[in-house]
Amino acid sequence: MNVFNILISGVGGQGVLLTSKVIAEAALLAGLDVKQSEVHGMAQRGGSVLSQVRFGDKVFSPIITEGEADLLIGFEPLETARYLHFLKDDGVVIYNTRPIGTIGVSIAAEKYPSGVNDVIKDRAKTVLPFDGTQLAVAAGDKRTLNLVLLGAALSHLPLKEAFVLDAIVNTVPKKVLEINQKAFAAGRAQGK
Amino acid sequence: MTKAILSGNEAIARGFIEAGGKLAAAYPGTPSTEVLETLSHEKGIHAEWSVNEKVALEVAIGGALSGVRSLACMKHVGVNVAADPLMTASYTGINAGLVLMAADDPGMFSSQNEQDTRHYARLGKLPCIEPSDSAEALQYVKAAFEMSEAFDTPVILRTTTRISHCKSVVETGTVESPAGRGLVKDFAKYVMLPNNAKKRHVFVEDRLMRLKEWAETSRLNRIIDGDKEIGFITSGISFQYVREAFPKATVLKLGTTFPLPEKLIKKFASSVTKLAVVEELDPFIEDQIKAMGITVHLGKNVLPLWGEFSQRLVRERISGSTLPMKEVVSGLIMRPPTFCPGCSHRGLYTVLAKLKLHVSGDIGCYTLGALPPFSAMHSCICMGASISAAHGMAQGLALQGTQQQKPVAVIGDSTFLHSGITGLINMVYNGGDAIVIIMNNDTTGMTGGQEHAGTGRPAGGVEAPRLDIAKLCQAIGAKRVREIDAYKIKDLEKIMKEELAEKGPTVLISNQPCVLRYRVSKKAYSVERESCKGCKLCLKAGCIALSFTPEGKTGYVEIDPLLCNGCGVCEQLCTTGCMKQGDA
Ligand SMILES: Cc1ncc(C[n+]2csc(CCOP(=O)(O)OP(=O)(O)O)c2C)c(N)n1
Repeated sequence: MNVFNILISGVGGQGVLLTSKVIAEAALLAGLDVKQSEVHGMAQRGGSVLSQVRFGDKVFSPIITEGEADLLIGFEPLETARYLHFLKDDGVVIYNTRPIGTIGVSIAAEKYPSGVNDVIKDRAKTVLPFDGTQLAVAAGDKRTLNLVLLGAALSHLPLKEAFVLDAIVNTVPKKVLEINQKAFAAGRAQGK
Repeated sequence: MTKAILSGNEAIARGFIEAGGKLAAAYPGTPSTEVLETLSHEKGIHAEWSVNEKVALEVAIGGALSGVRSLACMKHVGVNVAADPLMTASYTGINAGLVLMAADDPGMFSSQNEQDTRHYARLGKLPCIEPSDSAEALQYVKAAFEMSEAFDTPVILRTTTRISHCKSVVETGTVESPAGRGLVKDFAKYVMLPNNAKKRHVFVEDRLMRLKEWAETSRLNRIIDGDKEIGFITSGISFQYVREAFPKATVLKLGTTFPLPEKLIKKFASSVTKLAVVEELDPFIEDQIKAMGITVHLGKNVLPLWGEFSQRLVRERISGSTLPMKEVVSGLIMRPPTFCPGCSHRGLYTVLAKLKLHVSGDIGCYTLGALPPFSAMHSCICMGASISAAHGMAQGLALQGTQQQKPVAVIGDSTFLHSGITGLINMVYNGGDAIVIIMNNDTTGMTGGQEHAGTGRPAGGVEAPRLDIAKLCQAIGAKRVREIDAYKIKDLEKIMKEELAEKGPTVLISNQPCVLRYRVSKKAYSVERESCKGCKLCLKAGCIALSFTPEGKTGYVEIDPLLCNGCGVCEQLCTTGCMKQGDA
């Protein structure tokens, strides 16, 4: 199988890394080569966070460059728009429409840009915007947004569902597994 | 054998376990931290957070001399701190194997400089090896210990951010258990008095020649046969970019980047039409190859000396053509990192900004005080520099007889123990006149909350003696040591004014725990819309939980209840009393 490229973007603290961890594990279960890239440290203090997963028969580089992404999973609109130029022409965008202000917005030095949702709609052929935070809160914890988004992305992942379900069990801590599975199901219903 | 997805750092830890490694010492630093974190959960291994990198390397040297395979881990700038023992450990050599894992950060995701640490290999005449993914990282650790023991040398295992933090598929193997060697008395080898060191220097030069010969046939260097139009010599992560960008080309993949296998390189170079050398940061391999009299057609003449590479960059620069690029969405604002809601650093910087003091900074979460709205840190060089530099500033100001207020040093607890103590001893001893603020949040915050000598817990353990920072400062001889509460900004302002009026050094210590590490959270505040005048004074707290909506003549502030941590700094800035804690 050709290399499939997924970009996952959001804000530090939103749990972006878990989504990529589950996808990478599912790819491993599918017997594929997989590489996952993330940035630790400074970027985690509320800054913008990007994680990248690539899987296929053989993967060399762990990073995705401009125009290479098949799928962009966005945890926040601004952070989704920031990476649109990484998408392939037929790339898919799945994102949470709930905005999070930046520190510049909080100190009234900058304005959160208007029309972000329109830009995303214009720039990608297939877009699925929805309030994932609301679904996560309904599932029991806003921190399950990562599984909500994963659920919504499922139909666009070239991975068998069973592998993804097993990967969730292998990856998510036991204590919170149930609400995460609930969140995943809620996301999947959205993605259908 | 099982397959797992491991980061490079986790794979290095696994490699250490499989090599029968017993002692690991490190000081945290992105992107190296997870090696020791992983090992700290391992039974039968002593894994410690040392107070700094020099100490970590010396502990590892001691471990190797005692007869167990030992590892020291640090980020690139940590090697500067550890450079002194490193240079002479090259002379003494080892007993059991010794490996220094050094992680560079091309692109500076989390660092204050972009140095290429491979130069230390050349400076110390030490072998340097560079893995290209997690599977290799695991194997290279084992190979490093074998090299170390075969050649009686410390070995540098050099990674970069994309090697340390990328995850890829690894097959784990079985665990070796080499016999302990025990301490050995060998005056000529281990006591570096000039007369002994002179002989050891000769040994070091000879060892380097032997390592070079060994590299010619080492399995760490291999050729991927292919198209000979452009032949690539590359190492580390750049290998992956080259393979992706030019999948058909022939490649000499170097695992040993110092010393280089000269004959192998000459043979490879003569087999291709054009030779390209692809490496991030400095032309470390390239310059050595040029010094062999070999022409490098494509290297740093087309590739950048800074930043990280990618398959796209390599493709473009080597082929000399630009690939089509989609337009970046315009009008988006940046999202820089910022203090967590509830962080005690926020209260401090609110006051420092208000008093417009000159702040000599240091490295940690508190460095974010340099950014708006505070803009209250005016220099930041390396760990520990805040106090010594503030002392120099104060002396310099005195010599000029200016009316500027005395400088303030801001330093975190982990950084103070790492290398701030010496600066404070120096300042007190040399009649310094600056204010030193130690922001003790009981953890090494910036790197993800590691333990240190002041937290009362060791790496992966439950209890350790707890260093008392205030007592230590008193013992150093600082006369004015005061505890502060960084959340009480009016009190803090008063204390600052008192201390600015005093002569001589002052140490102020804030002891509020890191809200992230200790999951501190108080009841959220909210704003009474009717009473808010929209004066924006509270926004000076620089908190992500606050937002301002312009409406009518002024506007109003809101507090996000899911983000607010209830620290109350913004409420103290409010003059209308419109902020209330708890359910409004
Ligand atoms: C020589 C060196 N080693 C390690 C680091 C990585 N590093 C950056 S900040 C920091 C520690 C910060 O801890 P602390 O001083 O307690 O401040 P906090 O982040 O908790 O506010 C470390 C280890 C570095 N920059 N330089």
